[in-house]
Amino acid sequence: MAPLQPPRRKDPLKRTRLPLLPPGQRSRAAHHLTAAAAEGRFALPRCAVCGAFHFPVREACPDCLSARIEMVEAPEGATVLSQTTAEVPADNYFRERAPWRVGLVKMDAGPTALVHLHPEGIAGSRLRLVLMLDRAGQAVLYAGPEQKGADPMTDPQWREMTADPLHRRVLITDARSFAAPALVKALVEAGAREVRLGLPEAWKPFATEKLTALPGVSVVPLDLGSERSVADHARDYGGKTEIVINTADHMRPGGALGGSITATRDAMEAVVFGPMRLAQALAPAMIGRGADGPTGAAAWVNLLSVHALAPSPALAGWSAAQAAALAWSHSLRADLAQGGVKLLNLFCGPADSDWFQTWPQPKVGGSAVATAAVSGLKRGLEEMFVGDVAKDVQARLAANPKAVEREMRQG
Amino acid sequence: MARRGYEDVVLTVPVTVPYQRYSVESTAWWAGRALAALAAGAGMSHRDFDGFSFASFSAAPDSAIGLTQHFGLSPRFLDFVPLGGVAGVVSLRRAARAVQMGDADVVACVAAETNGVHTFRYGLENFSRFSQDAVYPYGAGGPNVSFALICQNYMAQTGATREDFGKLCVAMRDNALKNPNALMKKPLTLEQYLGARAIAPPIHLFDCVMPCAGAEAFLVMREETAKAQGLPYAHLLGSIERHNAFAEDPVQMRGGWAKDMPELYAMAGTTPDGIDVVNTYDDYPFVCMMQFEDLGFCKKGEASDFVQAHDFTIAGDFPHNTCGGQLSAGQAGCGGGHMGIVEVLRQVTGQAGPTQVSGAKRGLASGFGMINFDRGLGSGAVILGGEGA
Repeated sequence: MAPLQPPRRKDPLKRTRLPLLPPGQRSRAAHHLTAAAAEGRFALPRCAVCGAFHFPVREACPDCLSARIEMVEAPEGATVLSQTTAEVPADNYFRERAPWRVGLVKMDAGPTALVHLHPEGIAGSRLRLVLMLDRAGQAVLYAGPEQKGADPMTDPQWREMTADPLHRRVLITDARSFAAPALVKALVEAGAREVRLGLPEAWKPFATEKLTALPGVSVVPLDLGSERSVADHARDYGGKTEIVINTADHMRPGGALGGSITATRDAMEAVVFGPMRLAQALAPAMIGRGADGPTGAAAWVNLLSVHALAPSPALAGWSAAQAAALAWSHSLRADLAQGGVKLLNLFCGPADSDWFQTWPQPKVGGSAVATAAVSGLKRGLEEMFVGDVAKDVQARLAANPKAVEREMRQG
Repeated sequence: MARRGYEDVVLTVPVTVPYQRYSVESTAWWAGRALAALAAGAGMSHRDFDGFSFASFSAAPDSAIGLTQHFGLSPRFLDFVPLGGVAGVVSLRRAARAVQMGDADVVACVAAETNGVHTFRYGLENFSRFSQDAVYPYGAGGPNVSFALICQNYMAQTGATREDFGKLCVAMRDNALKNPNALMKKPLTLEQYLGARAIAPPIHLFDCVMPCAGAEAFLVMREETAKAQGLPYAHLLGSIERHNAFAEDPVQMRGGWAKDMPELYAMAGTTPDGIDVVNTYDDYPFVCMMQFEDLGFCKKGEASDFVQAHDFTIAGDFPHNTCGGQLSAGQAGCGGGHMGIVEVLRQVTGQAGPTQVSGAKRGLASGFGMINFDRGLGSGAVILGGEGA
């Protein structure tokens, strides 16, 4: 298949296609797959007693009737049993995107499953299964090339479920973020058509030319704390933004009793109210453009701290602001989902920035953030943990959140 | 343990409420017309039906029990079988045992379905949990894609061709043109069949049934009751039913018939050669071919040769789906599984009129239903014997 071409100029006389979504109803148990897909893991339900994998997700094992069904990392390989192309699907979402390839595969894990099928998949071929989040934000199986790392991006069905920066226009909300230079580089390398950086408090010194050396990169004044600045930006760029990467932050140390209320309020303003202001101005246009061709509006990315999930008593006010930002992001995700626009949260460990200067290594540099962001967009993920500290906290939270709370007292 | 026969249990009063592509009436309206036709046909009041077995997908929010009050019935045997294409066989088997054991004297078996412009879509959206979780999200709303995948594999494994499917479809259309109630009124040629647009290859337009509104019904009673009412009747000579058979097959290549077929013929005291008329469940023509194999009319994998060797029209050497089948008469939801039973009942009692197969004494009707995830789950078959069978 031919690689995706840059979009042509839109015909202003034509109505922008409104977003439709694939069927999104799921059983509660099926959301175990959603959880795995959100993080890009391939996990399937398996009976904890007899060890058999099965699919779809059941409430009891069909082999031994045990109710102990657990989600386990599963072999990703599969063999195609048969394939077809839905030429005239009953569902409007698929009807608009027909022909749509569907296959029946025998998973190496055992069960048979229906999958979204890569164009090369025919009966007998070996493919690799990926759990994806579709446009409805729900987990589905995609069967793509077997070699790990092979790029299925030429398949429009894969593209439909991802938010690849290729040919898309990206807004990075805070050019002063430690991650901004690396993000710009990674996005340009990924083929972003435009990378626009918002510069808060533009009167303060900033080395704009370091960022704008790459093609398609610009820096524009944008102050998320200002209604007027946000409104100006939305008016100029509302219909020209397909991906937002929210890098706004305001980290100040301080405990629950000794910390500054003003600093906490500033943090809330930076990571909750500012992005809220921007989203309210920009997101409706993104939702409306969720089905605007193969490079339509695709994703909102938040650069958060892992302390949004596990507060640090040494960073009490800031952790609370991060937790508020996370809570709000879930509601934003629900709203964006109406247009099939994804929301990706990057949970970072301590950043390699001025305000974490005294914190012990390992710290997260801009390039780690940028690599994660681009990879997460290309795979259509919802949650990523960036850096060793964040991954460590993630694992410990899964095992025992109370232990994490106690241990955070030591930093 | 050897199966006990149905002895003096008989089926009478075959009823088809003529189908409509779309109906503004409710499912209860269609059920009411079926009950009225049963009562008129039997020469008794519907209040004398002390058993009611009801099949439908579109009756919500009612099930069978609410309909008893709706229709003024007071049954002592009540059954609700929203089981799709296998509902007819299931309904008949249960009713027959209830009558045989004296739990009921006259059971009205009714399948009724309405079809509004959006009924089919609503039905799809609420069909089953596995469909919701693992089928619809793939653009496979409706059975076409799921059956395309099974059909593709069946063709690859057995060498069945679209020409085979076409021959069956053309014969069914030929039969349907003799059935005034069939929705399809135009002749179909093999060329038209082969040239039809693709829906989900190898499924093309004429492989698909037309969903419609309609009702199918019959009565189950004892022979002495039928005689007293002066009704032509057929005995239930044998029956089989099986659900979720061969779960170990990666793709469906056979239905539960293959497991139970010997029992069906043993119970009926006959063989496939002793069957005069066959009505298979034809949601897709390849499913008919699967049934030819699994019900013993030919060996597994040899249905293609079988199809090419026989004539499936009413006057042919293998009269099949004599009313036109669902493919040419229409698919009234759950009624699709009753259609074959009702048609075979007509045939073996000499009441089939323009679709009558001359000398038909013994007929087989099969059902197949519920593509819950990757395969049809339910399968069943009955053999009915008319006078002299």
